[in-house]
Amino acid sequence: MTASLPGHNAQPPETNLEPGAARELVVIEQITPTDLVKYAGASGDFNPLHHDSEYARDHGYPGVFGHGMFTMGLTARVVTDWFGVDSLRSYGVRFTRQVWPGDRLIARAEVRSIEQGVATLAIETRNQNDEVVISGEAQVAVG
Amino acid sequence: MQAMNSNPTSSSDPASARDAETFSFPIDATSVMLFARALGDGRAEYTEATNPAGLVPPPTFYQASAHYEPDYPLDATRPGWQPKTTPRYPGPGKTLHGEQRFTYHHPVRSGEELTVTIRTGDQWRKESSRGGALDFVEQITEFRNGRGVLCVTAVNVGVIPENKPGRS
Repeated sequence: MTASLPGHNAQPPETNLEPGAARELVVIEQITPTDLVKYAGASGDFNPLHHDSEYARDHGYPGVFGHGMFTMGLTARVVTDWFGVDSLRSYGVRFTRQVWPGDRLIARAEVRSIEQGVATLAIETRNQNDEVVISGEAQVAVG
Repeated sequence: MQAMNSNPTSSSDPASARDAETFSFPIDATSVMLFARALGDGRAEYTEATNPAGLVPPPTFYQASAHYEPDYPLDATRPGWQPKTTPRYPGPGKTLHGEQRFTYHHPVRSGEELTVTIRTGDQWRKESSRGGALDFVEQITEFRNGRGVLCVTAVNVGVIPENKPGRS
């Protein structure tokens, strides 16, 4: 079990948390190429498919598209806004669809079960066309 | 989470221990702040560098260890970079990022220096519903603090389709 470190206020414990409880969050209103450049710089992933339109077109894509890890990072916020950062025990996703400049992404987390102080959440992020772009699961300490 | 394939046709490569790579990853406060900003999240835990307890890295921050990975395959712009291939990264444009998982074992704060170890995990093949084979490769990355405590495990599942352009 993860220990707490001093100096940071933990998120207030969620009271009366039950399976089925859910939260939804717009994690980005509109992806821009600048967002992708900024993420590339922060993460170190300089695959040109994500920032070089000509390169992307030469490789069969209509243009640049977002890093899968960009979407995963954005999506984490639906969990951390709810339970806090230090509560997270695991977080995993499957990348199902690319995200593109102009896309609006909405993340959803729903409690599936609570056992021994750990809640398991189903995670899903959809674009403005209601298409799933990533789905997965997170576990958070709630006890 | 759904497994990508419940019937792997091969399991851990016995050579995986031999292909392990280790390097240091300083958890720099500015890097944490920039990563959080790149995700549009400016909460104080990520950005207030004056906090004596240090900054909390965002959940996927550990991906930024790529900056310190020698010859990281997705940064050909780095001075002195040399092409590096691994089972997960067989070459430019050959691999898709299928799945990513993080397990958080112990807290991390800015100011720490983590030791990162990357190794190849399971590998398996699956027939695609669209025809052709898909090769799956796990890359397992462990992050340990200065006392040797395992803090985070990251598992990256790469998918290598036949004759398809790639993404990361």
